Amino acid sequence: MNTPTLSRRHFLQGAGALLVGFNFAGGPLALAARTVEPRAAIDKPLGTGQVDAWLAVTDDGRVIVYNGKVELGTGVETALRQIVADALAVHFDTTEIVQGDTALTPDQGYTAGSKTIQQGGARLRAAAATARGLLLAKAADRLDVASSRLVAADGEIRVDGDKSRVLRYADLIDEAGFDAPVDSGAEAPAARRFVGRSVPRVDIPDKVAGRFDYLQDLRLPDMWHARVVRPPTTGTVRTPAVASIDRDSVGKNVEIVQRGAFVAVAAATEWAAMQAADDLSVQWADLKPMPDADTPFAAFDAAAGTGRVSAEAGDVEAALGDGDDVLSAEYDWPFQIHDSIGPSCALADVREDSATIWSATQGVYPLRSALADLLDRDERAVRVIYVEGSGCYGHNGADDVAADAALVSQAIGRPVRLQWSRADEHGWAPKGPAMRMRLRARVQDGRVAAWAFENLTPSHLTRPGGGAGARNVLAGNLVHGTHASDRYVGGDRNAPVDYRFDAYRVSTRWVDVADALLRCSALRTLGAIQNSFANESFIDELAAAAERDPVAFRLDHLDDPRARAVIETVADRAGWQARVSPQRREDSAPTPRTGRGMAFARYENEFAYVAAVAEVEVSDSDGIRVRRVVVAHDCGLIVNPDGLENQIEGNVMQAVGRTLKEAVTWDRTGVTSLDWAAYPILTFPEMPEVEIALIDRPDQPATGAGEPASVPIPAAIANAVFDATGQRLRAVPLRWHGSA
Amino acid sequence: MAQFTLRVNDETREVDVAPETPLLYVLRNELGLTATRYGCGKAQCGACMVVMDGEATPSCVVPVVAAAEQPVLTLEGLADGDRLDPLQQAFIDGQAVQCGFCITGMIMSAHALLERTPRPSRAEIKQALASNLCGCGTHRRIVRAVERAAERLSA
Repeated sequence: MNTPTLSRRHFLQGAGALLVGFNFAGGPLALAARTVEPRAAIDKPLGTGQVDAWLAVTDDGRVIVYNGKVELGTGVETALRQIVADALAVHFDTTEIVQGDTALTPDQGYTAGSKTIQQGGARLRAAAATARGLLLAKAADRLDVASSRLVAADGEIRVDGDKSRVLRYADLIDEAGFDAPVDSGAEAPAARRFVGRSVPRVDIPDKVAGRFDYLQDLRLPDMWHARVVRPPTTGTVRTPAVASIDRDSVGKNVEIVQRGAFVAVAAATEWAAMQAADDLSVQWADLKPMPDADTPFAAFDAAAGTGRVSAEAGDVEAALGDGDDVLSAEYDWPFQIHDSIGPSCALADVREDSATIWSATQGVYPLRSALADLLDRDERAVRVIYVEGSGCYGHNGADDVAADAALVSQAIGRPVRLQWSRADEHGWAPKGPAMRMRLRARVQDGRVAAWAFENLTPSHLTRPGGGAGARNVLAGNLVHGTHASDRYVGGDRNAPVDYRFDAYRVSTRWVDVADALLRCSALRTLGAIQNSFANESFIDELAAAAERDPVAFRLDHLDDPRARAVIETVADRAGWQARVSPQRREDSAPTPRTGRGMAFARYENEFAYVAAVAEVEVSDSDGIRVRRVVVAHDCGLIVNPDGLENQIEGNVMQAVGRTLKEAVTWDRTGVTSLDWAAYPILTFPEMPEVEIALIDRPDQPATGAGEPASVPIPAAIANAVFDATGQRLRAVPLRWHGSA
Repeated sequence: MAQFTLRVNDETREVDVAPETPLLYVLRNELGLTATRYGCGKAQCGACMVVMDGEATPSCVVPVVAAAEQPVLTLEGLADGDRLDPLQQAFIDGQAVQCGFCITGMIMSAHALLERTPRPSRAEIKQALASNLCGCGTHRRIVRAVERAAERLSA
């Protein structure tokens, strides 16, 4: 390790409280370049089963929360502190979080899948509630009263009705800490002081004042700047080889790093490194072309295996029959990128006996396993520290750039900051996979008698970890000529529906990584947004075929009261007029034509319930404009209502952009959409108004809200376009080609 | 390398850099003003917005040699000591941030707008932010925050 390990005693007494590890070397402009040092490592347990892995109480009464889940810009740092404050009976302001550090925090896998509040919050609550119970027991012992007479509040325990007999938490535990296992059934106090309130986010003032350091803003002492030089087969799975490098094509003060097909340059200044990356002349060999096609689906279809069934009941083929009343439709979704406004970046300091990497990764431990393999080091000699970067919405370039930086630092023997360019991020960061969904159904007596779903999808998960080692970072692929390991994850998310059908079958045909054409991995909702686009468009088609109102038709097939509640609530809030779609109107009706559509999904068929109504205008001159989106949202107990609304708004806006605008373009060489002009996202003039109805269920577990509200948006829009025009658009991005 | 004299946030600074270096890298790496951020390098996203001559200007495409001719305002220069600018305060009050990587650019574009149009319509705000991208989808809160600031500033 680069830093000595502090004793726990030393730390709790404050001597080791290097919680802000940034040295301010301020000049006259005050906020001069900040260099970063790792927090001192502490001799503490890291196993998730121990209370001390999660919590420490310092002598001056601060509560340090060690958390493997990280703040990705969604506000979870604030929400998790609210949960801990209530479970431990301390004031919110006395809590602080140390996030994502393999030397300090427990291994909680990835911060992903809307699981931070749902799982991370539950574990923290259990640890804090266990700690509170232990403190009460110690106080009862010390004060010699029954613990039932004690009250814990504000970091103190007092005897009920006797103000003179008070013990501070810090008085009750010594440097041995809690030294106890977490009781997963430990209950937080029923009375909630901070949970359920819109506590303002702790990170916003510094971000707005220009005082917040993103990973991209940090500097290491004596570091150099590095840039990568990639092969021309941008973003593709199959790696080429380097034929030759003209080392004279860059200046003398530039370091060139090559290992296999991994090429990078480093220089003392960022501008010099950028120019060297532009100037370096590399001859590539063994370039493997992409198919000559407009979509990836023919290639996927040829490569995919047979369908794996994820849900089935009855004899669906018999129920479908072979009559001409079987409806069928095919829906397509393109490759999409993460809309991170800041391209990925990392700092690395790789030395003979240690390696420290600062990364905006969603999983410090999985990344550490990849880096250890890549650097050929023991995992224990590699430390990965999370620092917040630009919002990521899933597996963007954060892990890959960390591996790039580590390789360069190892090669040149200096600390390195490696910043990806916009084209690196657009081109090479893992894509949300393209998918095709095929549906067939038969409607009989106004109900769905049979429903068959099959989709075609690459895996939505090629993150580091899972024993994949260096294979699941781009640098590993380029060095070793490999591609990511195959795990079939995410393509079947929300492939099943929550409607009650007598006969149905849901199956997925998986495309292996080698056949996925582009590097693919987790993007917000994984396959749920694609599958729900198809399912919720298709049920609308069935409602139209049955000449039923789309809301009433859905409710006829739902018996879960929480599902019905979000649909009824959104219909009410949107002022939904029950009628059959599309609207009947004269051909001479003026444009733009307006329409409304609704969609519903329960995230992963298991967690948050969301229903959405979209209102659109469609005209030949301006295409499709989404004017208003109304959302009803039930994710159980609400921890922070304003934070939740912020997440829902964000999901809606991003999903509108994904539905109407976003698509990776590619040709035989690879990705061609390498900037925001070629890959546009939603802009301010295009934004819809958003209205939200929150349904709070204080008696239900809090489930995640980082993704679910994205899921019904695309189908709600497509259904609204159908309502307005009578035309059914089945390929995202939805494009209006005129009313002819 | 060449010497340039810059006027940034009402302070005069000397830098010694290659003349073609974009202002963005001078602010971040020479002057330590890291709130101005790299997003695309092509004036497409607005993450690097500063205000020059009253105009929100993407600093990623302004060579330092061109920036030496006029005063530059960055996010760090908006506050009056510890007292935040009303526009900044409106972003806090409205919790108009998600990841916040774009927020510097949003505030600088909005600042330039309010300087020339103290009471903008909602459509004018959206137009003024048309070349600022937000990936998190914080658009609605950002527009509301600018509206709130405009109300306060002209009250």
